[in-house]
Amino acid sequence: MPTLPGVHLKDEITKISQRIKELGSGRRVDRHVWDKVELARHPKRPYSLDYIQHMFSGFIELRGDRLFADDPAIIGGLASYHGRTIMVVGHQKGRDLAARTRRNFGMPRPEGYRKAQRLMNLASKFGIPVLTLIDTPGAYPGVAAEERGQGGAISSTLMCMARLDVPTVSVIIGEGGSGGALALALTDRVLMLENSIYSVISPESCAAILWKDSDEAQLAAQTLRLTSAELLDLEIIDGVLPEPRGGAHRDHASAARILKDALEENLRDLETAHPRRRKKERHEKFRRMGVWREHGLTLF
Amino acid sequence: MAHVSVDISRRNGTPDAVGCPSCKELLNRAELAKNLQVCHHCGHHFRVGARERVGQLADVGTWSEIAGSLRSADPLEFYDLRPYPERIEEAEYDTGLSEAILVGTCKLHKMDVVLAAMDFAFLGGSMGSVVGERFWRAAETAAESRFPLVVVCASGGARMQEGILSLMQMAKTTCAVEMLGEVPVPFVTVLTHPTTGGVMASFATLADVIISEPGALLCFTGPRVIEQTVKEALPEDFGRAESNLAHGQIDMIVSRPELKDRLVQILGMMEGGVACALEPIWEAEARRGRRGGPFAEALKRIKALANPSGRPSKR
Ligand SMILES: [Zn+2]
Repeated sequence: MPTLPGVHLKDEITKISQRIKELGSGRRVDRHVWDKVELARHPKRPYSLDYIQHMFSGFIELRGDRLFADDPAIIGGLASYHGRTIMVVGHQKGRDLAARTRRNFGMPRPEGYRKAQRLMNLASKFGIPVLTLIDTPGAYPGVAAEERGQGGAISSTLMCMARLDVPTVSVIIGEGGSGGALALALTDRVLMLENSIYSVISPESCAAILWKDSDEAQLAAQTLRLTSAELLDLEIIDGVLPEPRGGAHRDHASAARILKDALEENLRDLETAHPRRRKKERHEKFRRMGVWREHGLTLF
Repeated sequence: MAHVSVDISRRNGTPDAVGCPSCKELLNRAELAKNLQVCHHCGHHFRVGARERVGQLADVGTWSEIAGSLRSADPLEFYDLRPYPERIEEAEYDTGLSEAILVGTCKLHKMDVVLAAMDFAFLGGSMGSVVGERFWRAAETAAESRFPLVVVCASGGARMQEGILSLMQMAKTTCAVEMLGEVPVPFVTVLTHPTTGGVMASFATLADVIISEPGALLCFTGPRVIEQTVKEALPEDFGRAESNLAHGQIDMIVSRPELKDRLVQILGMMEGGVACALEPIWEAEARRGRRGGPFAEALKRIKALANPSGRPSKR
């Protein structure tokens, strides 16, 4: 309870005692985690279209949601892949200021998600596997986006992916920010590039809300467990893809080759299963996610 | 995720009375509870906790809780200003609940349903592993028993203290709804103030029919976050149920006193599809037709065409 307006004594006391505990236990901000956050957001990091260009011999972009608009923050289309076809859908950021603005910093509006659904359903109709590339700070927070049903656009995309009959693989290539990222990641296999991050909330917002201090972002990043290695440990993702030395931004072509090899390996594996079985296993995988206690036992 | 400032209206006033935040009238708490926490003067809907909601909806003596023994763990050993288990303990103490969702089976006007109610007072109704698992068990029970699923939502979004695991509950609950759709079992959500963030972007908006209470804030991103991040001026009714209805995001707004009857009507009509045949309609029309008039003449002609032998068809 605040004693004076703006002074939250209880919070202040716990904050200070936390600090004392931290200093005593030597628990400090681990620079290593923040390095990953910065690499994931590196301005020279390859984006979806860079991967597509390096991975596939041909790509035909398909645009529009047939309902309202074409959202440049999500791109998608048919890609030639070893003499066959794959549907690629991904978040897209811009490289220079003009492109960044046009791509809305990779933050999709509802029409982006509805385009993604259209393309995935099209793929399913013709038995074309789906690859999604995830790289977004989150879904766009705006009035018009809300009015067009941002929540429903995300949930219906999740439902679309839960229902797909074709093999689906997603790769988090940069920032996996919240529901806006997850919307494209309800897949048979979820892979992460080594230096990408995946989180329920950005470290900055998390710090602002829980620590009431956005300067604690580094501590929040560490507490959230958003690195690829930690997420593999938690069994949230199915694999980590190593990046070229120094990070994917150093060598786009090599990063794309690593991604392509992983895609090939996972698809080969997934394609042996019956569609119904594949879907069941996908559901089972997400059903297992979560940790709780029941009758005193901790269950994973 | 969206964040909604806690509505402190119920803490204002005296132990027996509370001020209505809308019309400022002082209301007697006992009377307010009797009126389902709706203001007598202006119709303002106060927030209702999960237990009280079940009490309002379920037929007396029919409630049976499911998955009540599930409790949160602390998989990330999360602590911000306070350790997560301490926050959980406090929420348990304050609300008398064991998590932000209460799940069970009951009857609504003798109709069997699986009912779930969320409670905003329990850590902002946030969705963590237990909320996701309880939702799954509710859906599973509904799918097995073929009872419709009704979920009363109230949530600020994901449970940040469970990090990525809380985000994954959106995927998990979506798979649960998909399972319901395969049967199919009717699924109706009642969105109450506030329903935002990860819940709004998963099961809340995946229902066959979406009902809302008047004035409820329903959005993915909360108004404060929008104002701060994109510096957009917000319309006065931003994200409100009425605005969502106008923009085609929900089916209807139903005030609390009418909610139970409306739910039963909707669920009954949805289930009507299974048993629907031409015969009962013909029978009813025939009864009406015997009363004479131009309708009866037309019906007789149609019947003669459909059934030339003159005998009533028995399928
Ligand atoms: Zn009032």
